[in-house]
Amino acid sequence: MGNIREEIKKRILILDGAMGTMLQQYDFSEEDFRGERFKDYPTSLQGNNDLLTLTQPEAIAEIHKKYFQAGADIIETNTFSGTTIAMADYDMEDLVYELNYESAKIAKRVAEEFTKENPEKPRFVAGSIGPTNRTASMSPDVNDPGFRAVSFDELRIAYKLQVEALLDGGVDVLLVETVFDTLNAKAALFAIEEVKEERKLDVPIMLSGTITDASGRTLSGQTAEAFLISVSHIPLLSVGFNCALGANLLQPHLEAIASKTDFAISAHPNAGLPNAFGEYDESAEEMADQIEEYLKKDLINIIGGCCGTTPEHISAIVELSAKYSPRKINADVL
Amino acid sequence: MNREEVRHLKLSGLEPLIITPDSNFTNVGERTNVAGSRKFLRLVKEEKFDEALAIARDQVEGGAQIIDINMDDGLIDGKEAMVRFLNLIAAEPDICRVPIMIDSSKWEIIEAGLQVVQGKCVVNSISLKEGEEKFIWEATQVKRYGAAVIVMAFDEVGQADNYQRRIEIAERSYRVLVDKVGFKAEDIIFDLNIFPVATGMEEHRRNAIDFIEATRWVRKNLPHVSVSGGVSNVSFSFRGNNTVREAMHSVFLYYAIQAGMNIGIVNPTMLEVYDDIPKDLLEHIEDVILDRRDDATERLLDFSETVKGKVKDPEKVLEWRTLSLQERITHSLVKGIDAFIVEDVEEARKSVEKPLHVIEGHLMTGMNVVGDLFGSGKMFLPQVVKSARVMKKAVAYLNPYIEAEKGEKQQALGKVLMATVKGDVHDIGKNIVSVVLGCNNYEIVDMGVMVPPEKIIETAIKENVDIIGLSGLITPSLDEMVYLAKEMERENFSVPLLIGGATTSKAHTAVKIDTQYKNAVVHVNDASRAVTVVGDLLNKKTTNLYVAKLKKDYDEFREKFLKRGKTKSYVSIDQARKRKFKIDWNTSEIVKPKQLGIQTIQEFDIRKLEEYIDWSPFFRSWDLHGKYPSILTDEVVGEQATELFADAQTLLQRVFDEKLLRAKAIFGLFPANSINDDDIEIYNEDGALKDTFITLRQQLKKREGVPSFALADFVAPKDSNKQDYMGCFCVSTGFGTKELAEAFEADNDDYNSIMIKALADRLAEAFAEYLHKEVRTRHWGYAKEESLTNLELIKEEYKGIRPAPGYPACPDHLEKETIWKLLEVEETIGVQLTDSLAMWPAASVSGYYLGNKEAKYFGLGKIKEDQLKDYAKRRNIDEAEARKWLNPNLAE
Repeated sequence: MGNIREEIKKRILILDGAMGTMLQQYDFSEEDFRGERFKDYPTSLQGNNDLLTLTQPEAIAEIHKKYFQAGADIIETNTFSGTTIAMADYDMEDLVYELNYESAKIAKRVAEEFTKENPEKPRFVAGSIGPTNRTASMSPDVNDPGFRAVSFDELRIAYKLQVEALLDGGVDVLLVETVFDTLNAKAALFAIEEVKEERKLDVPIMLSGTITDASGRTLSGQTAEAFLISVSHIPLLSVGFNCALGANLLQPHLEAIASKTDFAISAHPNAGLPNAFGEYDESAEEMADQIEEYLKKDLINIIGGCCGTTPEHISAIVELSAKYSPRKINADVL
Repeated sequence: MNREEVRHLKLSGLEPLIITPDSNFTNVGERTNVAGSRKFLRLVKEEKFDEALAIARDQVEGGAQIIDINMDDGLIDGKEAMVRFLNLIAAEPDICRVPIMIDSSKWEIIEAGLQVVQGKCVVNSISLKEGEEKFIWEATQVKRYGAAVIVMAFDEVGQADNYQRRIEIAERSYRVLVDKVGFKAEDIIFDLNIFPVATGMEEHRRNAIDFIEATRWVRKNLPHVSVSGGVSNVSFSFRGNNTVREAMHSVFLYYAIQAGMNIGIVNPTMLEVYDDIPKDLLEHIEDVILDRRDDATERLLDFSETVKGKVKDPEKVLEWRTLSLQERITHSLVKGIDAFIVEDVEEARKSVEKPLHVIEGHLMTGMNVVGDLFGSGKMFLPQVVKSARVMKKAVAYLNPYIEAEKGEKQQALGKVLMATVKGDVHDIGKNIVSVVLGCNNYEIVDMGVMVPPEKIIETAIKENVDIIGLSGLITPSLDEMVYLAKEMERENFSVPLLIGGATTSKAHTAVKIDTQYKNAVVHVNDASRAVTVVGDLLNKKTTNLYVAKLKKDYDEFREKFLKRGKTKSYVSIDQARKRKFKIDWNTSEIVKPKQLGIQTIQEFDIRKLEEYIDWSPFFRSWDLHGKYPSILTDEVVGEQATELFADAQTLLQRVFDEKLLRAKAIFGLFPANSINDDDIEIYNEDGALKDTFITLRQQLKKREGVPSFALADFVAPKDSNKQDYMGCFCVSTGFGTKELAEAFEADNDDYNSIMIKALADRLAEAFAEYLHKEVRTRHWGYAKEESLTNLELIKEEYKGIRPAPGYPACPDHLEKETIWKLLEVEETIGVQLTDSLAMWPAASVSGYYLGNKEAKYFGLGKIKEDQLKDYAKRRNIDEAEARKWLNPNLAE
């Protein structure tokens, strides 16, 4: 099997696009989300996309296939909300291990099929680790700025369970993504380091923050560079940004970190900004045009798409990236 | 791209801090350390965290690039205090933009701190004191948390106190960290122990020079590390002689920095500029620091007696009085000083042909400077209002001369009609805008408050005004504004209409008002914008273009807004009731009020209210934004806020001393039960029905499990067979405000006229807070044990709530009529309700008391037609009238 630390030196690696956007096209009902197994579950389950791994596994596998067919090198597991903290919304804390393990299994199976077909282009699975729905360094209560809805230890324990399940399911890389609060990300990194030490393994880590608005800061208030400094204590395969902004608006923030780190740089922007109805309508060509600016400036090692992107977008990005060489990275850090 | 050669210490708060060889010296703020600052210790002990935060902010504003936080004290729970303080700092972007140094001798405190800070911190400190094993474990943890670390020159034997021990321990620590832990060398900072010199002890003679030389060795032999230390230690033996101490710190740093010390804890106010140290003192100090003479200590001790306690800074306050006449007038206007304006204006009058020329010349020149400074954000609203006061005084002085000459009147730029609409009594914002426009040479026709629309139309025609400005604070005023826009259209007006006041918004203006009037309608909620907007509207050359642009802007805004409105979904009122907030009435504690019935306070010493005042909204009413007390030290508006606050205090003390305002209150506590989900019945002590409060229920669709609130949810339903209670109240501190304001206006003092109203409003809120506390702890008595600080009161940390009709939880102003009836408010204390149900005097607060511990504040949001119909039936009014009162809360 290929080694992602080798592949990343050779070419720009392509990450897949949105899972949620693709799932919307299936228009699953509450019953579809429940499937046979959860038909009597006491809470409403529609919208729990991670659960579809168990109730609609063919759909998840099909989406993974479409992204590989579009030319992606790395696909993300369907585990963005796969922590006990995020699953508490659905009273599904007990299912967290199974959700992550099965998601990793499905993704890995599809990846292996594609690698077998074309060993020259090994495919990888990144275990998606979302930010949870709580913030460790901000108060949800405007009247009590000192309050915290979640502690570092609660996050660390939740992330550790997710990481163990993803690794057991066979992921090649861990992707801590959509980081809007750096302290949450530090708890995830802490958990990963613990697992690495306990299992004596060296799994590559991708880390991707989110700049929430034009002010150029994360939701928790850090500048792009301050964010980079705060997460650089752990050796990373890549660091970058995803979500919240379209490709053009993300560019200055990528530039802000690219010259200041030895790690590889990743980006998976949204398909533009949402319109008045909350939909993303930027076409594959429009997005690819903007991403070409990244490539011209030698900013990128890993590129993909977030909200609103489809296999069509990824295919356009694949075609484009083939024409450019990856940003040079320091071999020592890999 | 190998960056091996540029391995710098990188830290972060919200912003990065990168320490490079070019960084010179990185200063660590040390006042947020309970061991080093008695004041900080006291504030933490007394849990005055707001003031403790102010100290942190001072440090950052004073130039600290990192702040050291230490909570090691036997009398406080260090871990808890560290976490709480760091969490609070995280909510203050102007503090947490810098990296944090987590300082403790206890590992558990350090770890607790590391778990709550998102940026890359510095741990202060770890050492080999308790052996290599513990050192390695702690360093591994620090690394995993992503922090840099200070390593003390300390080992199993003790603290390094000479050159050789310092470099031995540093080298050993470095090797362990880099080779065994894998710690990045650039993340290591050595503290090589700064000890006092000139103590008289022979073995202390080399304390400073050994530190300096060890620093040189460490920086040369241990690649990429930094060296730090607490500088004030070195001068410890000269406590009480700051002249010598400041010079010693400076000399020590001069040599230590050259040797490679790049980080330090230094109090910047305890530091002399090296070049400013007198030569003789410098020589004596260098002898001590560098250990150059055997008798260095004795010589410095003798010499120090001669330089004790010098006094600095001679007074030079009134230098500006020697400037030219125009410069003096401009100075008075810009600084808002009225002490000399009459004599200067008199001098100016004598120097010109016509007295009017003083206004058009000297005074307008000065006001133009004020206008420019205000326009560019270098002056703030309270200053401008003060400038206007000086201007008015000057003009008042000149007027008799102008009239005596029967000369032509000064030509104003335009005439602006200002009015607070019918039924509304709030005029602070309107007055501020009037003053600002007035001092920009517009003529103001101020019609005051509660002005009926036909009067506005009539006056506008009679006075031939160029612009009409409407203001209002309560929601029914929004409809009054819409009505007036319709009337202007009907009367074929062409003048622009300005809209302002707390409940107005660009959205309401665009959707509801702009569509009624074909000429310009502008929402101006900020006095500083008023001048430019009016200027653009009245500039004959550009006005057409500007109005066309405005119309288009509002058109687009409206379209966007309406689109967005459609995406919200609602549930039916029946469904909402099914989802009501459910309290378990079998277990929920119900406390019977100690004193049922109505009570009145006719005379109240308002001085008692001072400690209950929430100052932040006071600053907001002057367009100064920020939270009290940190606003006083704010980088941008701090100076103005401090001055405004001082003026407010002066007037407030006068109000107290001369009893200029009178306060009255009435409140009642009654047996009560909710019925039919949304109504609350009030009974007298015999159980007979007195009246019914009608509450409104949230209908916006929410997530499963999140309730749809109505205030009635907090009172036990009748069918629970539990007797519950509720109360209502009205307080006012406004008696006397009108007379005072008029007296100030007669004296051309708009500044204090506005000030007294703003203060009366604050006192009314404080009175409501005070009375609520009295009710909780005494009259109702369900919270006898409560002891909350003012800050906690402002943050609403108490049990039970006091929502007010007209505000988010119960926007229905008609409920005030029920309160007035129940308590006989007007008959007893004289607070009246206007047509729009605003309270008069304006500085009044009324509301309900709900005592259940699960009661909480919420916002009603929008409601649907079905609830409106149901409400009209319950209230026994027709639908049209119900629609009129609830209009702002109806979903599209």
